[in-house]
Amino acid sequence: MLEVDLTLRLGAFEFAACFNAPSPGVTALFGRSGAGKTTLANAIAGLVQPQAGRIRLDGEVLYDRATGIDLAAERRRIGYVFQNARLFPHLSVAGNLDYGARRAVAGRAYARRDEVVELLGLESLLARGVARLSGGERQRVALGRALLAQPRLLLLDEPLAAVDVQRRAEVLPFLETLRDRFSIPMLYVSHQYDEVLRLANYIVLLDAGRVLASGTPSELAPNEQLRALIGVEAAGAVLDVAVEGSDSVTGLVTVGMGASRLHFALPGATPGARVRLYIPARDVILATHAPHGLSVRNAIRGTITALIDEGPDAVLASVQVDGACLQAWVTRAAVTDLGLRPGLGVWALVKAASLRGRAFGGRSHAQPGLPES
Amino acid sequence: MLAAARLRMLSPAETEALLLSLRVALESVALNLPLAVLIAWLLVRARFAGRSLLDAFVHLPLVLPPVVVGYLLLIVAGVHGPLGGWLLRHFGVRLAFTTNGAALATAVMSLPLMVRAIRLSLESIPVGLEDAARTLGAGAVDRFATITLPLMAPGILAGAVTAFAAGLGEFGAVITFASNIPGETRTLPLALYTALESPGGDAEAARLATLSIALGLAGLGLAEFAARRLRARLGR
Repeated sequence: MLEVDLTLRLGAFEFAACFNAPSPGVTALFGRSGAGKTTLANAIAGLVQPQAGRIRLDGEVLYDRATGIDLAAERRRIGYVFQNARLFPHLSVAGNLDYGARRAVAGRAYARRDEVVELLGLESLLARGVARLSGGERQRVALGRALLAQPRLLLLDEPLAAVDVQRRAEVLPFLETLRDRFSIPMLYVSHQYDEVLRLANYIVLLDAGRVLASGTPSELAPNEQLRALIGVEAAGAVLDVAVEGSDSVTGLVTVGMGASRLHFALPGATPGARVRLYIPARDVILATHAPHGLSVRNAIRGTITALIDEGPDAVLASVQVDGACLQAWVTRAAVTDLGLRPGLGVWALVKAASLRGRAFGGRSHAQPGLPES
Repeated sequence: MLAAARLRMLSPAETEALLLSLRVALESVALNLPLAVLIAWLLVRARFAGRSLLDAFVHLPLVLPPVVVGYLLLIVAGVHGPLGGWLLRHFGVRLAFTTNGAALATAVMSLPLMVRAIRLSLESIPVGLEDAARTLGAGAVDRFATITLPLMAPGILAGAVTAFAAGLGEFGAVITFASNIPGETRTLPLALYTALESPGGDAEAARLATLSIALGLAGLGLAEFAARRLRARLGR
C-alpha cells in the first residue's frame, strides 16, 4: 500500500493531496493537464520537497515532516519513467539499461536483464545510441532502465504523451505485460481515460492539487466529477467480470452480472478469464417493456436511479441492474415520451456487437475495454 | 623523430622559448581545469548570495589590461604579498619571476575563457537527466561523475584547448608578474618582444612570429578534430 498525504506549495500552486493506493496494482493519477499530477509524482519520488505530510510505501516511511524523515530520492528505490524518457545521451541503449541495474540493491532483484530485454523487445536496440530511437523505442528503453533498478514502486508520468498516436500501440501492450509479469505497484499519471481503463485497477482523480475522488474504475465510472473530466461522450459503466462461457460458433462470450448474463463478442477469451467491460452510455438503449423481436442480445432488467441533464437535449440515466450500475444516454424527448423517472423499472439493451473491440481478453488480470476518446 | 628534426631547425634559444611556452600553457590549463569546472558549476547550478559577484570577478581579466592583472598578482602573490609570502615561508615556493609564476599569470588570464566554455555546455544539460539518475539510485558525486561530467566533456575540451592556445601567447600579465628571464619566463611572445627590442632582431622576430602562427593553427586544428570526435561519440 502506498499512503500519501502531502501539502506542497510551488509558487502560487497550492497542493494538498491525500490518498491510499493498493500495492501491488496499477493506480492511475487521473486529471487534466495542470492538475498537479506530475508534481505529486515528483514529490513521491523525492525530487520535489513537500511542505508537510507523509509518504509511506508498504509500511516504510519515505517522508514524514513530523518526525523529520526525508529519504533521498536516490535511496527511495522508486522507478520513474518520465514523459520524455530522459535517456542518457552519452550512453548506448545497453548503457542506459545497466545504469540503474548497477546501482540496484543486491539481493532485492526481481527483474532479470535478459527477461526485461526480451519482454520489451530491446534485443536489436542494445548497441544503438539513444539519439536515433523512435519515441516508442525511447519509452521502452526508459521502462527497462527503470525496471532494472529493481524499484519497489514504478512511477509512470504520461509515458505515452511524447509518443505519436500510431506508436502508442507499440508501448501500451508492454505496460500491460509488465503489470502482469512483475507484481510491482505502479502509479500511472495520465489524462487519457482509455489508457487508464486499460491499465489501472485503481483511480485517483486529481484536480487543482486536490484529490476529488478515488476508487476502482467501476466504482468511479458513475462519478460526476469523472464525467466532467472525460466528457459525457466517454461516460459509461465499467465492469470487471469473469468469462463464464464462450461459443466457438457465434464467437460470443457470456459474462455474469449478478443474476443476469451479458453476451458480447470477444475473440479468444476463454472461460475463467477476467475481463474489463466498458459499456458506453451512448450504446445503451432503455425500454419500458420487455423487448421482443429485436436483434439486441442483451436485455437487462433494472431500475432508474437518477436522471441527470447533460446539455440541452441529453439526459444521462443511471440504471441499477443486479450487480452493477449501467448508464444510458437518452434524449429529453425520450424521457418525456416514455415517462422515464427515478424508480421506474426498465430494460437496458446493449448490443453485443457494440462491445466488439472494446473488451480486451485477459489472462489473469482484469482487462479493460477502450472508449473512443 | 619529425619533432626532433623540426626542433633542430630552431636555435637553442628558440627551442627554449617554444618549450617554455608549451609548459606554461599546459601548466596553466592543468591549474585551471578543476577550478573552472567548479566555478562553472557554481554559476549554473548553485544559488548563493555572491553569485553575480563571483561571475564578475572571474570575468575581470577579460576586460582589464593584462598589466593590471600582473600588477595585482605581484601585490598578492609576490614575495611580500599575503599569498606569496605565506607560500615562501611555509613551502619555500616562490611564484614571482618563475616559470610557475608565469603559469599562474597565464591561468588567471585564461580562466574566464575556460569558465565560459564549460558553463555553456553545462547549461545545455537538462536538469532532468540528473533527476533521472537520482531515481536510478545515483548519489550526488556518482551523478556528477557519470552524467554531468561526461556531458560537459565537449565544453571542457573546448575550454581547455582555447585556454591552452591563448596561454601560449599570454604576454602582459606574464612579463609584469614573472618578468622576462631567459629559460625561466621568456616564452615565445616575450622572446619575440625581446627580438624586436634588440638591434638587428627583425629576422629573429619574423621566425618567432611564424612559429607562433604555426602553433596557433595546429592548436585550432587539433581542437576542431577533438570536438568532432567527441560529438560523434556523444551522438549529437
